[in-house]
Amino acid sequence: MKGLPPVLITAIVLVVGFGLCAMQFPNIASTRVVGNLLTDNAFVGIVATGMTFVIISGGIDLSVGSVIGFTTVFVALAIERWGVPPLVAFVAILVLSAAFGAAMGAVIHVFDLPPFIVTLAGMFLARGASFLLSTESVPITAPVYSTVSDFALRMPGGGRLSAIAIIMLVILIGGILLLRLTRFGANVYALGGGRATASLMGVAVGKMTIKIYMLSSLLAGTAGIVFSFYTSAGYSLSAVGVELDSIAAVVIGGTLLTGGQGSVIGTFLGVLIQGMIQTYINFDGTLSSWWTKIATGILLFAFIALQQGLVALARRPVATRAGAAS
Amino acid sequence: MTMLLPRRGLAQILALIVILAVDRVVSPQFFDLRLQDGRLFGSLIDVLNRGTPVALLSLGMVLVIATRGIDLSVGAVMAICGAIAASLADSHGLPVVLAAALGAGLVCGLWNGFLVAVLGMQPIVATLILMVAGRGIAQLITEGRIVTFSSPDLVWLGNGAILGVPVPIAIALGMLILTGAVVRGSALGLLIEATGGNARASELAGVGTRAMILAVYVWCGVCASLAGVIAAADIMGADANNAGLWLELDAILAVVIGGTSLFGGRFSLVLAVLGALIIQTMNTGILLSGYPPEFNLLVKAVVVLAVLLLQSPKLSGFAGIMAPLRRAKP
Repeated sequence: MKGLPPVLITAIVLVVGFGLCAMQFPNIASTRVVGNLLTDNAFVGIVATGMTFVIISGGIDLSVGSVIGFTTVFVALAIERWGVPPLVAFVAILVLSAAFGAAMGAVIHVFDLPPFIVTLAGMFLARGASFLLSTESVPITAPVYSTVSDFALRMPGGGRLSAIAIIMLVILIGGILLLRLTRFGANVYALGGGRATASLMGVAVGKMTIKIYMLSSLLAGTAGIVFSFYTSAGYSLSAVGVELDSIAAVVIGGTLLTGGQGSVIGTFLGVLIQGMIQTYINFDGTLSSWWTKIATGILLFAFIALQQGLVALARRPVATRAGAAS
Repeated sequence: MTMLLPRRGLAQILALIVILAVDRVVSPQFFDLRLQDGRLFGSLIDVLNRGTPVALLSLGMVLVIATRGIDLSVGAVMAICGAIAASLADSHGLPVVLAAALGAGLVCGLWNGFLVAVLGMQPIVATLILMVAGRGIAQLITEGRIVTFSSPDLVWLGNGAILGVPVPIAIALGMLILTGAVVRGSALGLLIEATGGNARASELAGVGTRAMILAVYVWCGVCASLAGVIAAADIMGADANNAGLWLELDAILAVVIGGTSLFGGRFSLVLAVLGALIIQTMNTGILLSGYPPEFNLLVKAVVVLAVLLLQSPKLSGFAGIMAPLRRAKP
């Protein structure tokens, strides 16, 4: 397993970090806190799973945060104002976000444009569309929402594994299987290794690109639904900056930003590390939330520097030049 | 390779004229100017004034993009420098405040440049670090509050006027001329373009590519810090959360509208600033027309897509002039 060493390091950082937190605040090491950690980060976990596929394939998706925002507003308006049954609204928004992702993938492939700038346009588009729908926060009062929010599996020690945490874990396992065991997953790695090479090996590059961005947007839509369960509201400004959080989680999880290497489980660990920092700050009480950003930045730097070192070791004779993204 | 390339800039100039004409239809007083208290007022001046931060950012960004890089951290750098300026303004004189803020921008640029040029990181990744951490650092400086100040010197930077021209516009114009003189008055611009066109080949040909890359990121940081100081002076306060938020995207958009290819290798300072003005003219037009400002994002998205399609290597015609030399991951 090529991607193992960075993931191992991520796991060690998580375990050591959690150990240090638990030493200072023994209450952190309880299923209650861990359950909340999973619930609070459920939507980031789902988005980051999709982002992992995109980044391994050598791309990036900046539109996910906006898609989450759009989804929450759309779902809230559909259920509350337009009288659509929640399930129908969910299906509609998932189809819509999948189509949105497919369109971005198609533009990237057909016009041979950098994913970064195309998904940037997608980000503007989705956020603008959600502003157009409503600029106010729309509360959702459908009975389904209270049912889902109340549902939780009891864990030993009084912790609650909420419905949205379960959804996240299911998607996570699905993502791991999809990436590791299917032809689709193998093709994602092939694309990240090099588009020309992949194409010569018989990978349908265009179809794959479309499918990968479709998957990312679909998961972003799912994350939007989960986010609306989490807040019981739809708000056009929700999940601003989530694209950065998820990219950070993917990188901390040991996925190479140049593509070709990485794992979903690492991403999950990355999400947990970010969540752990947030939890620690909450427990401490005197630290402010901006330390999360600084700590995340430091971790990002450490992991990217580590990757850089590993890559440099791997291809030592080749001189890699700055500015020339390989 | 002169600074002004009318043939290349035709599309941008036409676009600006069309948008200005639309604005004139929407708001008949659009072109009215009046002089009051020694300062010009009017919608046009307003466009220039509000466009200043993005114009300054795009001045630095265009050089970075010309080396095939990108700087995502400029918004965060703006927040850091605005916070520094605001917290020092009432206790120190303007020179100290400016030196501290610009120095911070310089350090931020050095950091980005170090990561890209020396450690060889992908620019998008390297600058992502400061983009994430920078806002945290800015909040650390302001201690999470919105720091306000009343120092007349700093306020003058945002709201004063030189010979009737608002100071921010004068600063932006000065920076444009300075950057243009340095970059196009010497071989520097050519070397930067060479670095972006093919870093390896340029290095073999004797171009100090690392120094070039380091220099453009430092300049980008300095431009961002100026923009941050002006933004803070404008509202007489620094808001670490919102200062410069998403402006990095506007700056990149301005550069792209200005016809500079994201694949590096060529750039135009004047057209990048023109791109910033086009964005601001659209924003102001949407505001004047009475549409909700939320419309802005949609319009921007459509503009980005249109410009991208024009630049796409797969489309001929206009793209022929700007076709990237070869593709690369951003």
